[in-house]
Amino acid sequence: MLGYVLRRLLQSLLVLLGVSVIVFGLLHLTGDPTRLLLPLEAREEDVRQLRALLGLDDPLWLQYLRFLSRAVRGDFGLSFKHQIPALTLIFQTLPATLELTAAGLGLALLVAVPAGILAALRRNSVLDALCSVGVLLGQAMPVYWLGLLLIMVFAVGLHWFPAAGRDGLASLVLPATALGAFSMARIARMARSGMLEVLAQDYVRTARAAGLRAFVVTYKYALKNAAIPLVTIVGLEFGILLGGAVITETIFAWPGVGRLAVDAIFSRDYPLVQAIVAMLATLFVLINLVMDLVYTYLDPRIVFARSSR
Amino acid sequence: MNEVAEAAVVVAARPRAGTRRRPSFRAIFGLAVLVSMGAAAILAPQIAPWDPTRQMLMKRLRPPMWEARGLREHPLGTDHLGRDILSRILYGGRISLGVGLSAVTLACLIGVTLGLLAGFYGGRTDALIMRVVDVFLSIPYILLAMGVVFALGASLVNVILVMAVTRWVQFARVVRADVLSIREREFVSGARARGNRSLRLLLRHILPNALTPIIVVATLELAFMIIYESALSFLGLGVQPPTPTWGWMLSDGRNYIATAWWLATFPGLAIMLTVLAVNLLGDWLRDTLDPRLKV
Repeated sequence: MLGYVLRRLLQSLLVLLGVSVIVFGLLHLTGDPTRLLLPLEAREEDVRQLRALLGLDDPLWLQYLRFLSRAVRGDFGLSFKHQIPALTLIFQTLPATLELTAAGLGLALLVAVPAGILAALRRNSVLDALCSVGVLLGQAMPVYWLGLLLIMVFAVGLHWFPAAGRDGLASLVLPATALGAFSMARIARMARSGMLEVLAQDYVRTARAAGLRAFVVTYKYALKNAAIPLVTIVGLEFGILLGGAVITETIFAWPGVGRLAVDAIFSRDYPLVQAIVAMLATLFVLINLVMDLVYTYLDPRIVFARSSR
Repeated sequence: MNEVAEAAVVVAARPRAGTRRRPSFRAIFGLAVLVSMGAAAILAPQIAPWDPTRQMLMKRLRPPMWEARGLREHPLGTDHLGRDILSRILYGGRISLGVGLSAVTLACLIGVTLGLLAGFYGGRTDALIMRVVDVFLSIPYILLAMGVVFALGASLVNVILVMAVTRWVQFARVVRADVLSIREREFVSGARARGNRSLRLLLRHILPNALTPIIVVATLELAFMIIYESALSFLGLGVQPPTPTWGWMLSDGRNYIATAWWLATFPGLAIMLTVLAVNLLGDWLRDTLDPRLKV
């Protein structure tokens, strides 16, 4: 177990190192970062000065090491647009994004898990059919369109919820729904197939044959085992939702990291873009590390399977 | 052993596909929608009633023809510049399907190659490739894509490249997992014992046996790419105007959401129908070819 944890930690570190290479590369894409950093009409003299300031005349590996050593300490430099450290800006907007993501994921789980399990228990019923239509629609509806439709119907048409901004619980409903819909569809689908798989297992049959009541078999045996794979899904979904938040926040004018990122990209604020990409990736790696460890704790069979690979 | 006999071994050893069922209603529906969408996109210049970029300011923001102010010559209405929405959707399909297909093809090439190498060579090669996969999984791809497209310029080629480079991992993971089990099978050691070199082994014996999951993943990824392309367009970083794309149309429609519902509704419907059709087809392919596949 300890060996597995250590190896998993090391893996996460390596992945973060890889992320840092890509984030570093983002700035050097066009060859000369000063082209990205300065306005197009910048004077030749300013370009030279900035090159010197950023150490751009040093070899690439040295620049990378310098970037890495600062990034590890959380220093991604000043945001060009806001003139304050990029990390400070992220920490100011991160709570809004986490709130939205958690609400989206919570909503998705709340609807999808019971729906998927019920659909599996009443296979081929009307409920199952409804559920599968819902899954198909949820997976085919792009978040930006669903967001617009929700605004059209519930904000512009019915005036039930505000169309934009972050102001209390009511303003959270529409963006969380838009963001969570895709995950809801995926989780419902997985919950259903996971439950069906477990219900077909020998131990469930044995429990039934032994005369245990259906209720006990379903909720004590099947449900517990079906829930385990969902734990890893939740970790992955959380990362996907963080990415989806970029679009959702743009549509609903939600003051989170996603909107900050879109804004930063369009205003060529590359230090800020770098910091956001790095932070979101780190968050994703951490969440998945934790989820993996929880998963192995819940189901020790996993460690053996993975160690013997 | 001669070529024919060798091929026979490969065929015989291929895993038995799941029981072939007659295509379900869903699969037929998906195929029908997809074929019509494809035909509409290809034939857009012939069937579109108007030039999709032609602005007719006298006829701005006309609703679909069944509404009171609607015009018969603009069945789905016009946008804020008086452009015909139906024509724009037909032309937009060319971008959505074209970019989607190209991006999937490219992502497939990258992912399958790396997945084959990882699964076949194992050890350090595998560890290295899989860590790269992890890196790409953990980076919010839409931000990466936006940053790259913004830096390099939003051309058709750049958009396709970026989409492929950020989405090849799914192929790599599935192919690797498949190759890991295929390479242990007897026909592979047989082929190796006969003195086949690695490259030949990979291309002639292993790849053909890993095709099933590749086809399934490619279909499901196509659905994803269509959404992805529209998202980039929607955010203003896709293929640039005046080329009509569904994402741009949605983003235009956003500003008229309170007054002209048809601007954002129809292109969204087009995206959803296309994605739904591809997904239905993908689900059917998976259930028919390889029900155990989890993608």
